[in-house]
Amino acid sequence: MGSMAIRVLNKRLWSSSLHHFKVSNSSTKLNPFHGRFLGPLVSCCHHTPTLSSFPRFESTKSQNQHLRDCNQDIQALDFPGGTVPFTPEMRFISEASRERIPCYRVLDDNGNLIMHSSFVQPFKSPSMNGKIVQVGEEAYVGAKGVVSTLLKVNKEDAVKMYSTMVTLQTMDTIFYEAQRQGRISFYLTSIGEEAINISSAAALTPEDVILAQYREPGVLLWRGFTLQEFANQCLGNKSDYGKGRQMPIHYGSNKHNYFTVSSPIATQLPQAVGAAYSLKMDGKDACVVTYFGDGGSSEGDFHAALNFAAVMEAPVIFICRNNGWAISTPVSEQFRSDGIVVKGQAYGIRSIRVDGNDALAVYSATRAAREMAITEQRPVLIEALTYRVGHHSTSDDSTKYRPVDEIEHWKMSRNPVARFRRWVDGNGWWNDKDESELRRNVRKQLLHAIQVAEKVEKPPLSDLFTDVYENTPSNLIEQEELLRQTIERYPQDYPSDVPL
Amino acid sequence: MTSLRRFPRFDFASKFTTTSCTSSSRRGFSTTTSSGSSGGSCTEYALTLQQQQQLESGSTGKSINLFSAINQALHIALDSDPRAYVFGEDVSFGGVFRCTTGLADRFGKQRVFNTPLCEQGIVGFGIGLAAMGNRAIAEIQFADYIYPAFDQACIVNEAAKFRYRSGNQFNCGGLTIRAPYGAVGHGGHYHSQSPEAFFCHVPGIKVVIPRCPSQAKGLLLSCIRDPNPVVFFEPKWLYRLAVEEVPEHDYMLPLSEAEVIREGSDITLVGWGAQLSVMEQACVEAEKEGISCELIDLKTLLPWDKETVEASVCKTGRLLISHEAPVTGGFGAEISASIVERCFLRLEAPVARICGLDTPFPLVFEPFYMPTKNKILDAIKSTVNY
Repeated sequence: MGSMAIRVLNKRLWSSSLHHFKVSNSSTKLNPFHGRFLGPLVSCCHHTPTLSSFPRFESTKSQNQHLRDCNQDIQALDFPGGTVPFTPEMRFISEASRERIPCYRVLDDNGNLIMHSSFVQPFKSPSMNGKIVQVGEEAYVGAKGVVSTLLKVNKEDAVKMYSTMVTLQTMDTIFYEAQRQGRISFYLTSIGEEAINISSAAALTPEDVILAQYREPGVLLWRGFTLQEFANQCLGNKSDYGKGRQMPIHYGSNKHNYFTVSSPIATQLPQAVGAAYSLKMDGKDACVVTYFGDGGSSEGDFHAALNFAAVMEAPVIFICRNNGWAISTPVSEQFRSDGIVVKGQAYGIRSIRVDGNDALAVYSATRAAREMAITEQRPVLIEALTYRVGHHSTSDDSTKYRPVDEIEHWKMSRNPVARFRRWVDGNGWWNDKDESELRRNVRKQLLHAIQVAEKVEKPPLSDLFTDVYENTPSNLIEQEELLRQTIERYPQDYPSDVPL
Repeated sequence: MTSLRRFPRFDFASKFTTTSCTSSSRRGFSTTTSSGSSGGSCTEYALTLQQQQQLESGSTGKSINLFSAINQALHIALDSDPRAYVFGEDVSFGGVFRCTTGLADRFGKQRVFNTPLCEQGIVGFGIGLAAMGNRAIAEIQFADYIYPAFDQACIVNEAAKFRYRSGNQFNCGGLTIRAPYGAVGHGGHYHSQSPEAFFCHVPGIKVVIPRCPSQAKGLLLSCIRDPNPVVFFEPKWLYRLAVEEVPEHDYMLPLSEAEVIREGSDITLVGWGAQLSVMEQACVEAEKEGISCELIDLKTLLPWDKETVEASVCKTGRLLISHEAPVTGGFGAEISASIVERCFLRLEAPVARICGLDTPFPLVFEPFYMPTKNKILDAIKSTVNY
């Protein structure tokens, strides 16, 4: 079985070069070296699993010697980065593969399970045998050593996933309206990206640590953060765990292993690697999951994080919500690669592209990624293709830079919630009565939560000065005293709802 | 050939917060340094190899240089806390300044490891590691290269605000970022900078700079164990040149406490790190002319000990601040403004600042750029005679 995995991997690694354009020569002749290389390496040498299961290239004298012993014809360069074969052919690697990386999906647009849809995992390793697909799923190992699954998410899980998606959608609608009414200062919706939010969360355990960006409140919702807690944060009242210090939607909950959101793009990514390294060193049966967008992949922190994660062999899952737009910048002006997924391999990270609007595809990819991250102690990159149906935030009007038709298309035809509902409906687990009851209840709860949150007083003035350091230094004590004196003289200058 | 100057005796012992150190036995050791030659050329700043060897071989028992003191502190930090980690570029083999020598062998490559060459990655990784309850001791190879971590918001927007923005649900207080800073005689633009002022503008982090080996060890251990993220700048000029007796045991020195290292009555001088030895020499020269100088080592720049400086200036009525970083927007400006606010009626002369010039840190012109002994001496005299 081990050599099977090796063969699969090596084919994968080396066959990618078959698609390269030959810049110097129009002939499509294969480099003869490849054939000779694969033969002895796999079937004769039983090369080290390190190279096979994870491309960690190491330069050792013995490795070089080993290769030479296997096949005297092999000409290779042994340098500090490992052994590299020579070629007489001047050939530049193409800037793109001939075909785009396909997008894995399980449900079609109508919410029907695609026949023969399977979990194809070409990097399958022995540790994953039969383990990928445990929760309500059946698995079989296909004839060619690839793991395939037929998804059978059970009723309870499916209904919970669907209900939470609807709750997220409703929360977005109500809070957005509340912002428009001036009841909260700012809001940012996840509309169109409900499946990524909820399905990825459902595929994890509560012990997995989340470092989110700002468009993943669904993960927190799935973990049990209440609508009242969301409302408290958006209202910035004294029950907000962040003590009213950050703008709305910057949630965080220690209890739910969800680090507090910060606005700067991609800064959470290298932090996620450090957190994952901690889990690794503690031998925890958990991983770190961090989210970001297509725009975030242009930040230096993204590249730093992927490189660090690969080198440190950290159990971290990078989930990119490629929603097509970074505020007004389309992906065509963001990068020239085939999206984000192809960047993983350059860093030595296993990667998959999924249909982010297919709840079951996101679920199963995240589930498999988690298994690999923990059992093999490695990072995994998931690129979920989706669409930001809402504006970037309440400060944005996206119709100024993108066609309304495009938005409508994704809102209606590619709606991830509607698509998942069709599948849940098809299983006989949901009906119109359930739907209207759920939406009515959630709406009621939300309106109540906002009303309650509005009545809770603001955090006290002293919270302005605490937590800058663990203990408040003298300069802050002095500044607080001065400020209080000023407030006494000019109370009209300050908000009356902040308790002194 | 420049002769070694004996650094006048600093009384470190009285400030030790150690549990077991007997302060009297540590009293009166001296620090050797060659820095601060007045009006000297580049070669006058640097010791010859022979001199260094003499210095090191001549040290007895517990007499060690600054990088060895840092190394001792790191050994103690890793030994006393199984959740402590040391990482950065090239730390595995001992680091380019040898501060991490022997750590990987003793504590293993999983706790002491090289990172890719990426400062924002190092600091970001360190924040995440610290946020999970570890002591993350990150090395940035030169302070001159810390800016990618600064720019990508890991220090300013992330580490510094981690506790505050979460309402104290999370913190990365276990993070300590070590970085060699300052002039070294031949470092040019990118191996000489003193970027401390940038970090002093950021609420939420602490900035600490030691002046000698024993201070470096005790302050670094305090920084590592402090529940707040700390940027610890190490005067690289003194790594090998400053040699003194350093207690071998585990001890910590208090943060945010300045120290009067030389008492005087006519003028107060405030500085930190390597610059103190230059200032000390100016004090000695001034004394010959009958001017009594009080010298204060600020040690922690953020949050800084205003009270000690204020008390001194109230006594002397005059203040001079000196640092290697450019004068404009340097931390001396902050000290000056604060002390004028507090001691306006006690001041008998304008506050003097003898600092680096407002140019990029130069190579050939380094001796011109530097706030040298005679520049300070002149300022002392003109302030006293104002």
